Amino acid sequence: MKKRLFRLRGWIQAGAALLCNAYLRGFAQGRIYSGPSKAVCVPVLNCYSCPGALGACPIGALQAVITENKHNFSFYVVGTLMLFGMLLGRLVCGFLCPFGWIQELLNKLPGRKLHIPQKVDRPLRLFKYGVLLIFVLALPMFAVDAFGLGAPWFCKWICPAGTLEGGIPLALTNESLRAGFGLTFWWKLSLLLLTIVFSMFVYRPFCRYVCPLGAFYALFNRFSLSQLQCDEDRCTSCGRCARSCPMEVALPRKVNSAECIRCGKCMSTCPESAISFRFGRVEIKEEYR
Amino acid sequence: MKRANGGAARVLRAAVIAVAVACIAIGAARGEIATVLQKAARVCLECIGAMG
Repeated sequence: MKKRLFRLRGWIQAGAALLCNAYLRGFAQGRIYSGPSKAVCVPVLNCYSCPGALGACPIGALQAVITENKHNFSFYVVGTLMLFGMLLGRLVCGFLCPFGWIQELLNKLPGRKLHIPQKVDRPLRLFKYGVLLIFVLALPMFAVDAFGLGAPWFCKWICPAGTLEGGIPLALTNESLRAGFGLTFWWKLSLLLLTIVFSMFVYRPFCRYVCPLGAFYALFNRFSLSQLQCDEDRCTSCGRCARSCPMEVALPRKVNSAECIRCGKCMSTCPESAISFRFGRVEIKEEYR
Repeated sequence: MKRANGGAARVLRAAVIAVAVACIAIGAARGEIATVLQKAARVCLECIGAMG
């Protein structure tokens, strides 16, 4: 079955960003949506303090439950993430994540792009697993105050999505919240600006090196229902797929690498149609462009 | 380069999905959904950087 699903990726990303943040009135009023859908975790990194957010950010929700006195671990959030991971893997990053989409758009701006040398790139990619273990799990769990309460370390000190989607819109429209912004806000704003600048030169730097959600889904990429496959009989080892891969995955050898976000570039650049996408039993081949 | 589609992979997928669903059910029974709602329905000051 030949389809143009992957050509529509940009539109799907835009649709997903809009769907996650469909409470548009919130942006004008400077307040967030607080309906029952906020109990449901979305599969992507989308701050629940974004005025438009209809669901809960899973990384924020995970820390919220961990830091609470009542529970030390969130089965609900981890189970939800495992389910998304097993069904979609990092397809979530490539097709659904609003913050990933923003980085991609920034990378499309004209100008020279940077290639990070492999000996720097490889160890840096491990950093996101450290962020997941230390800032999302360990510190919120163990760095507690006298009352046994922890803090959402990732959200508080690292997450640029929270600043972009929550901090800036609320700072612009909510005077009482604006009064509370201090050094932490400027620190997080600096990190956001750094991410924006890097995104112009490097493809999805936050997804590659920092995102704890991407790190979690990466664990499932090899086994998820969403798989890429390479037909060895068709592959001529021309190397076009590897050269076209924006995440710089060692294709076609590591076609289901933890770093693959299933953007489909390799499929559309293969003149032999050797690489295809499969969800369970459904196979999709992208047309050569 | 073969995709993980053998019998073992199918069993692994089914097992992980079953564990995931069980985790969601356990979490719901422990009242975690209410905790998530409570947190997500209010502005998270840490997330937006309004904590000093």
